[in-house]
Amino acid sequence: MLFVLAALSGMSSSAADTPSIPDTLPQRIAACTTCHGVHGEGTPGSGFFPRLAGKPAAYLARQMQDFQNGLRKYAPMEYTMRQLSPAYMREIADYFAAQQVPYARSPAPVVSEAVLQRGALLVTQGDASRGVPACMSCHGKELTGVEPSTPGLVGLPYDYLSSQLGSWRTHTRGTVAPDCMATIAKRLDPSDITAVASWLAHHDVPPDTHAQPAGSVTPSMRCGVLGATGEGA
Amino acid sequence: MTRRRSLLWWIVAVACALLIAWWWFGRADVVSDQAAVSDATLRDPALIAKGAYLTTIADCAGCHTAQGAKPFAGGSAVATPFGDIPAPNITPDVETGLGSWNFNAFWQALHTGTGRHGEWLYPAFSYTSYTKVTNDDALAIFAYLRSLPAVHRPAMPLALKFPYSVRRNLGAWRALYFREGVYQPDSKRSPQWNRGAYLVQGLGHCNECHAPRDALGGTPKDKHLTGGEIPEQNWYAPDLSTQQNGGLHGWAAQDIVDLLKTGQSAKGAAFGPMADVVATSTQHMTDDDLHAIANYLQSLPPRKMASAEPELFDADAIAQQGEKIYLQHCADCHGKDGTGVTGVYPPLKGNSSVTEPTGVNAIRTVLLGGFAPSTAAYPRPYSMPPYAQQLNDSDVSAVVSYIRRGWSNHATAVKPEDVSRYRQTPID
Ligand code: HEC
Ligand code: HEC
Ligand code: HEC
Ligand code: HEC
Repeated sequence: MLFVLAALSGMSSSAADTPSIPDTLPQRIAACTTCHGVHGEGTPGSGFFPRLAGKPAAYLARQMQDFQNGLRKYAPMEYTMRQLSPAYMREIADYFAAQQVPYARSPAPVVSEAVLQRGALLVTQGDASRGVPACMSCHGKELTGVEPSTPGLVGLPYDYLSSQLGSWRTHTRGTVAPDCMATIAKRLDPSDITAVASWLAHHDVPPDTHAQPAGSVTPSMRCGVLGATGEGA
Repeated sequence: MTRRRSLLWWIVAVACALLIAWWWFGRADVVSDQAAVSDATLRDPALIAKGAYLTTIADCAGCHTAQGAKPFAGGSAVATPFGDIPAPNITPDVETGLGSWNFNAFWQALHTGTGRHGEWLYPAFSYTSYTKVTNDDALAIFAYLRSLPAVHRPAMPLALKFPYSVRRNLGAWRALYFREGVYQPDSKRSPQWNRGAYLVQGLGHCNECHAPRDALGGTPKDKHLTGGEIPEQNWYAPDLSTQQNGGLHGWAAQDIVDLLKTGQSAKGAAFGPMADVVATSTQHMTDDDLHAIANYLQSLPPRKMASAEPELFDADAIAQQGEKIYLQHCADCHGKDGTGVTGVYPPLKGNSSVTEPTGVNAIRTVLLGGFAPSTAAYPRPYSMPPYAQQLNDSDVSAVVSYIRRGWSNHATAVKPEDVSRYRQTPID
């Protein structure tokens, strides 16, 4: 591509052999965009490479730092983050947070109505008998997340949701203490994970997918990433 | 493997005999007492500041820090072919760290590789290099470590199999590979050269990676700084001589300084373990020290050309197939002629990471992609895409063979089997 441009602009062929490189962030982060897409759209089909577009910036930066520190495990991500400075990670997070990409529907498994109902219950009311608060109590009424550090849950593929909930249980995803999501995931039954992930994957994405403003919810548990504000345990 | 084992036992037996003599006669020297160091000396801010700099150059935190944990508090391990060797806590915690150590004990550890109770330490701790560090510098490092906040963190258990688990057996190893002694300046050379030699051989412990290791994990003296595969990590640390056929052939002093200071240079970029070293250690060196290192490396003797192994397959056909892949995937960044883009993308032509003897660096870089390190001088590095998903083993072997043989490069081709092996390498 670059060669074609160079040739069109009449440069000598030896100059064309030395490509001119745009001084832009997307050019710098070719490694990230190879897996996550140029705009952080991810791979909605397989759900394997997660979407980054439009997620709260502080959330994205925190995840990068957690991979760097080995709290969240995925070897190629850990390797890629290894020697990036906090300032650079924040700049990259800001880039992906600012991308506006429509959500694509991902395949979700066909499950019974009872399973979907159990999922709906967990999302909207939680399960007090297991000490599981409603997902909405932190992720927001529209489930689009809350600035600055709580991501949305709608529009994410079933496989991604269920694998993340599983990884908290197997200690391959963690963050600063108190790690509220790890506590919640461990209190869920494996069938609850299927239920909640199915319901979320079937749920329509609201017209406005932006995270709610900061401070618009009081978290129902203390979370380290939210500055450990919130109530209960 | 069994041949290697029996050779090992033979060496152990011979070396034991050597060792007993050495130990018997050498003991008095080892315990020679340092004058006691007062607490006031250790609290001297100037000494602590000097120690902070030296500790950074020596990269003590590189090993003595667990991923994402408090620096110097241990909890990490150094992987060796014989098993993992935990790096202990070296913060001043009394129970789990160096809190109750005096300087004499510290000097014994750094200089003679002996623990506090007289036990031999494993050479996974780079005392084979640090023995060259002067007493003054060791004192500064000790003062700095003493000034850190104490962190309570017990060491992990030793994960070595018999006979490696028996520290006494290290006597044989030490007799073969360890020469105790502070760096002795060469009066025929300039002070700058001597400073460089001291940094490279001593504090910088470059030889711990940039040299081959034999079956016992030791480095023969005549192989120092000639390059080697890093045990258990599957990266190749290239030859550091800049003379003919050396790994840094064609590098100017400034290129060496640039790489160590910024992570980038006109001749190549830092990646993998070297990116860690640049980020945590060398970028913080003074320009004088970096130029001293360059001056010393440029004086290393030329090496003999490694005789290329006869290739039992059609290397040129593989490389030809690689050219297409190169033009499609790589030339936009590294250039059709492999010259890269100065300050942005490293050249592949004449790059020691491409032409090193094994091919492992190029294979793994193509699979993993990645960023050069963020440094103060180059905070927003460009990156290379990972090709592990897009290219299969034969594509990767083709494109790597192409860059190893293209332009003026004359390295061996690599096979799809090599690629498949390195796909399995755990990343850290
Ligand atoms: C080799 C492919 C690959 C590369 C290169 C890569 N990532 Fe990832 N990334 C992944 C995968 C796979 C995951 C999900 C891991 C998991 O399941 O926890 C992920 C997860 C993430 C997450 C967490 C997403 C979330 O919603 O929790 C962030 C943020 C992220 N990557 C950012 C980046 C950035 C920024 C870069 C470049 C600096 C990058 N990644 C490079 C594959 C990659
Ligand atoms: C007490 C607050 C709280 C509650 C309740 C809560 N979450 Fe979370 N959740 C968070 C925070 C904070 C994060 C981001 C930080 C992290 O990764 O730990 C998060 C992250 C997630 C993620 C990761 C999203 C991504 O892009 O990787 C998933 C999935 C998730 N939560 C699912 C749920 C589900 C399902 C429930 C209900 C069963 C739930 N959460 C309830 C606070 C909460
Ligand atoms: C290449 C990795 C590495 C580097 C670099 C390194 N160490 Fe160590 N160190 C180790 C390991 C591994 C051990 C444990 C050896 C053993 O158990 O025999 C150790 C042991 C020690 C001990 C003995 C502690 C004890 O409890 O017995 C001291 C003191 C020490 N290191 C100090 C330092 C200092 C000071 C530096 C920097 C000048 C440094 N180390 C750099 C890996 C390293
Ligand atoms: C988007 C630009 C880009 C593309 C495309 C690219 N590279 Fe790279 N390459 C880089 C960057 C940046 C580095 C430095 C990475 C580092 O330091 O970790 C690099 C490093 C390397 C290295 C190690 C050399 C050194 O000094 O660091 C090799 C070998 C290499 N690339 C080969 C290839 C091959 C083969 C391809 C095609 C399959 C390719 N690259 C495609 C940008 C690119």
